[in-house]
Amino acid sequence: MRASQFVNTLIMKEFVSAFFLAMRYFFSPKPTINYPFEKGPVSPRFRGEHALRRYPNGEERCIACKLCEAICPAQAITIEAGPRQNDGTRRTVRYDIDMVKCIYCGFCQEACPVDAIVEGPNFEFATETREELYFSKEKLLANGDRWEREIASNLAADAPYR
Amino acid sequence: MASIKVDGTLVEVPDYYTLMQAAEAAGAEIPRFCYHDRLSVAGNCRMCLVEVKGGPPKPQASCAMSVKDLRPGPNGEPPEMFTNTPMVKKAREGVMEFLLVNHPLDCPICDQGGECDLQDQAMAYGVDKSRFHENKRAVEDKYIGPLVKTSMNRCIHCTRCVRFTTEVAGISEMGLLGRGEDAEITTYLEKALSSELQGNVIDLCPVGALTSKPYAFNARPWELNKTESIDVMDAVGSAIRVDSRGREVMRIMPRVNEAINEEWISDKTRFIWDGLKNQRLDRPYVRKNGKLQATSWDEALGAVAARIKKAGNKVGAIAGDLAAVEEMYALKGLLASIGSGMTDVRPAMSGIDPSMPRSAYIFNPTIAGIEDADAILIIGANPRKEAALINARIRKTWRAKNIPVGVIGERADLTYTYDYLGEGFETLADVAAGKGSFGEILAKAQRPIIIVGEAAVSHANLGKQVGRDVIALASKLANGANVAEGWNGFALLHNAASRVGGLDIGFVPHDGGVCSADQIALAGKGELDVLFLLGADEYDMSAMGKAFVVYIGSHGDQGAHRADVILPGAAYTEKSGTYVNTEGRVQQTARAVFPPGDAKEDWTIIRALSGAIGKPLPYNSLAQLRSAIYAEFPHLARVDEIEASDFAALTTYANATIMTKSAPFGSAVADFYLSNPIARASAVMGECAALAAGLRQAAE
Ligand code: SF4
Ligand code: SF4
Ligand code: SF4
Ligand code: FES
Repeated sequence: MRASQFVNTLIMKEFVSAFFLAMRYFFSPKPTINYPFEKGPVSPRFRGEHALRRYPNGEERCIACKLCEAICPAQAITIEAGPRQNDGTRRTVRYDIDMVKCIYCGFCQEACPVDAIVEGPNFEFATETREELYFSKEKLLANGDRWEREIASNLAADAPYR
Repeated sequence: MASIKVDGTLVEVPDYYTLMQAAEAAGAEIPRFCYHDRLSVAGNCRMCLVEVKGGPPKPQASCAMSVKDLRPGPNGEPPEMFTNTPMVKKAREGVMEFLLVNHPLDCPICDQGGECDLQDQAMAYGVDKSRFHENKRAVEDKYIGPLVKTSMNRCIHCTRCVRFTTEVAGISEMGLLGRGEDAEITTYLEKALSSELQGNVIDLCPVGALTSKPYAFNARPWELNKTESIDVMDAVGSAIRVDSRGREVMRIMPRVNEAINEEWISDKTRFIWDGLKNQRLDRPYVRKNGKLQATSWDEALGAVAARIKKAGNKVGAIAGDLAAVEEMYALKGLLASIGSGMTDVRPAMSGIDPSMPRSAYIFNPTIAGIEDADAILIIGANPRKEAALINARIRKTWRAKNIPVGVIGERADLTYTYDYLGEGFETLADVAAGKGSFGEILAKAQRPIIIVGEAAVSHANLGKQVGRDVIALASKLANGANVAEGWNGFALLHNAASRVGGLDIGFVPHDGGVCSADQIALAGKGELDVLFLLGADEYDMSAMGKAFVVYIGSHGDQGAHRADVILPGAAYTEKSGTYVNTEGRVQQTARAVFPPGDAKEDWTIIRALSGAIGKPLPYNSLAQLRSAIYAEFPHLARVDEIEASDFAALTTYANATIMTKSAPFGSAVADFYLSNPIARASAVMGECAALAAGLRQAAE
């Protein structure tokens, strides 16, 4: 017992094995990614930042049916609706999502009959203040415009399984 | 009586019952669209199909087949009906599939969504597929006025709207044109409906084809808080449900009250809610250098208290049309504490005397009692404008029994035919003397109703005696030789919700006080220093001279413009107030939302003021105030009841000497849509009034 300990100490067995372990990892391919410059894959079903979409002709999809507001378990959505000035169609006057309350459950996009509110692939919307996380209709529509290509391809990818 | 087996249970029902009613008596539920208890049977939706034994061997529309149409079995077994057999299930699924053939997939944008019969019944009785692959039909939307929005793709042609407007509202302005796929509901000429009950088609329409235009897309039924209350737009006191979200009243719906409104409400009741948001007084104001300036409660109350202390007992109070019993009682108490009895709730020069018994100022036969009448005389009233639901009851009775109706006063379209007798007092005197054919009808009648309008009892220019004489003659007519035992046909039709309550608690001149017209005259002469207007806007504001006017109320209307101090109060949806309707029925409103801004419930303002003048009233809570009221006027504690009135006391008036020779009777409500400060603040009511004025001009 004491003899073997003595030999291990003499040949610095722990030091050497630790050195080789370190060297093995040093030369093996790295699993971490260089985050802001590299990103991991995201599932088409990923539930990230919300967006309100438009039809290809620019018309907003949302028809103010209020189903997302009704289903939201966190009561994060607030909608006020009314007839639109120019043509009297049913539209939201106000569409707010409190992203701080939201639990990203995805119920809102499931409830939406016209695929207007969706949770897009974006997860990088950290802000400096809490107020910036109270999303308004303008912000959500702008999100929709920015992310439309990704959102549309995600919806198409997921369509066969729905 | 007939016996019938419903799903195996034997029930005994009257033989005029339909199969649907028999099923209901047995507790079996039958889906329906076109059938409605208060409308005639149409039998055109076919949703109510059932299977019968003892009748044709095919599914039968249970709303249109009566129990006596079924034969008993060979050994006298009672006929049978089934509501849960495979045949019935298949029939319902088939009917539902047909109904949905042309129904658009509109639920998300449809205002009926969440409270739609078609949605609910499609879930409960329908199938989830359709075999229809062609294009759905498209129907153009119709314009039928500023209140009802149409979306005619959704119509399922149940014709409830057509039957309601022709049968209950009494206007033949809607109909079904074309047949089969071309059938369309229309007003023929794309014109606005002219009924004051048209809003009810919104509730009747089982789908979202007819929805409320002012409420379009505003809210969903599941986000609304529902408060059961009563209406104060007229003296009928219809049962309503106030739907609110947050601090806003979103819409007003009817409730069933068989004794008053059945299940209808007038358009003023239904569409008034936007007036509750406009022109609101939400802060106290004090007039400084001729201008009203917003201020704090302390300052406003202090200003009023200082003036009252200087004025001694030269203080008057006039209550307006919407005042509740609580605030009138408190104000009366406040004035009594400074030795003034100048309170009045009546319009100028009313013939209703404080000394008269209660039976002389209420609608004694009751609204439901109209259905028992065998002759009706309307004196100086246009019930269609003053109490639309009483008019609907008269029409219902007229349709059912074809009773004779006579009118003295304004000649107007009342939706039923009547004998126009004349326009003024002379005619009334003749009829009371038994002259003319209508005099004879009334003399023979066993259950006559004599409806006396406010225009007949209040004559601002002719004095109080006219009104007293009208009441005397009317009570003589109500007390004819053939009148049935226990029948009291004297019916005073008030047109303001506050009136009977105020008269009940004695908010009339007492202890040396004078009436409203004299108070204003005294103020004009400078002999009345302070005048309280408790929501009173219908008086001549320019005649008040230099008096210090304190306006307690909810809306910035005439009264607030004249006021020297404005103390903002609560509207009827914002307080629990007691109101007594024209029948003498005690009812209470409930608070649905809070008053806006700094506004407070009216009685608390008066209580605070009494503290500021150093004579605090002896109650600190609504419960204490109410128990004080109930101690003094015990009948007010019996909510929803009518205190039995003393007809004998009224008959003493029948022999009074008549001094009036002649006087014209008009109608007290000039414009149905603009009769009170809330209605005048409502944009929707303004639009209706403009439209009605346009229609009147076009007709002339
Ligand atoms: S993801 Fe869930 S919690 Fe977030 S807004 Fe949608 S429904 Fe509400
Ligand atoms: S009427 Fe009823 S079923 Fe038809 S679209 Fe409206 S909510 Fe849906
Ligand atoms: S509009 Fe409504 S109430 Fe009138 S027939 Fe059509 S579905 Fe029936
Ligand atoms: S309810 Fe019987 S046919 Fe419509």
